[in-house]
Amino acid sequence: MIGAAAVALIVAIGLMLIRVLLGPTLYDRVLAVNSMGTKIVLFIGVLGFVLGRPDFLDISVLYALINFVSTIAILKFFRYRSFQVPLMRRTAPRRTVQGGDDE
Amino acid sequence: MTGYEGADLAIALINVVLLGLLFVIGVAIARMRSLFAIVMLSGVYSLISATWFVALDAVDVAFTEAAVGAGISTALLLGAMLLTSRTAKPEPRAMRIVPLFAVIAVGCMLVYATIDLPAFGDPDSPANTYVGTAYLERTPEDIGVPNIVTAVLASYRGFDTLGETGVVFAAALSVILLLGFGERSLSASLRKKTDKKG
Repeated sequence: MIGAAAVALIVAIGLMLIRVLLGPTLYDRVLAVNSMGTKIVLFIGVLGFVLGRPDFLDISVLYALINFVSTIAILKFFRYRSFQVPLMRRTAPRRTVQGGDDE
Repeated sequence: MTGYEGADLAIALINVVLLGLLFVIGVAIARMRSLFAIVMLSGVYSLISATWFVALDAVDVAFTEAAVGAGISTALLLGAMLLTSRTAKPEPRAMRIVPLFAVIAVGCMLVYATIDLPAFGDPDSPANTYVGTAYLERTPEDIGVPNIVTAVLASYRGFDTLGETGVVFAAALSVILLLGFGERSLSASLRKKTDKKG
């Protein structure tokens, strides 16, 4: 049963990879990479139970943290074109995103 | 020990699948021209190789790979992309063939080198015969963490790890001091220059 879950997660990772490879816009790729990270977190958790070592669950939680922070960093970078901008702003930010073609 | 054999088969299958994914990503990185897609794919590459390290039981290496490869280096590459263009220039065909031969030659050398290595998990290999066995025997009563490598890194060689952390911190600090940050940083001054031009 857990093995089937692992296979399903691998298939999902493959589908996300196809979206990263083909993805026409920047946001398709960011979203695909983010959900791929989520699938990998789940896969490491499942892998621990397949191999009979549930210690892997702690590692997968740490991976979830890294995945979240890096996605925020990428999106912030493409909104402000710099990392040295506070996320909360009083004035409306100027739009400098050039990657989204479909907007 | 049938359960152990089943786990072995599962690990072998997982290794093959993960290495196949890594191969696909590597070929895609070599063929793509959009730098943003390449940065994203290299992040995915390190994430999947970190998963592979977890499957091979090298948890500490996997965690370093995930933090440095997927987290920090993606951010650094995006920052570098800000200073250049968004697409790579297409290369002439002759320039593509030379690296192909270099890669094939290095790959053949690496495969040749692995023939001499002891098998994975071999109890008679040099790593498992001298001081390694002492660590394996003493860790459960000395420290009591499930991962031996963590025990060696953080406790038996704690001062060594502390020194390494100090060196990495000093290196990061000097890079930040050299490149600057905020309004006076290198990227901000370059951006001002391009804004004036445009």
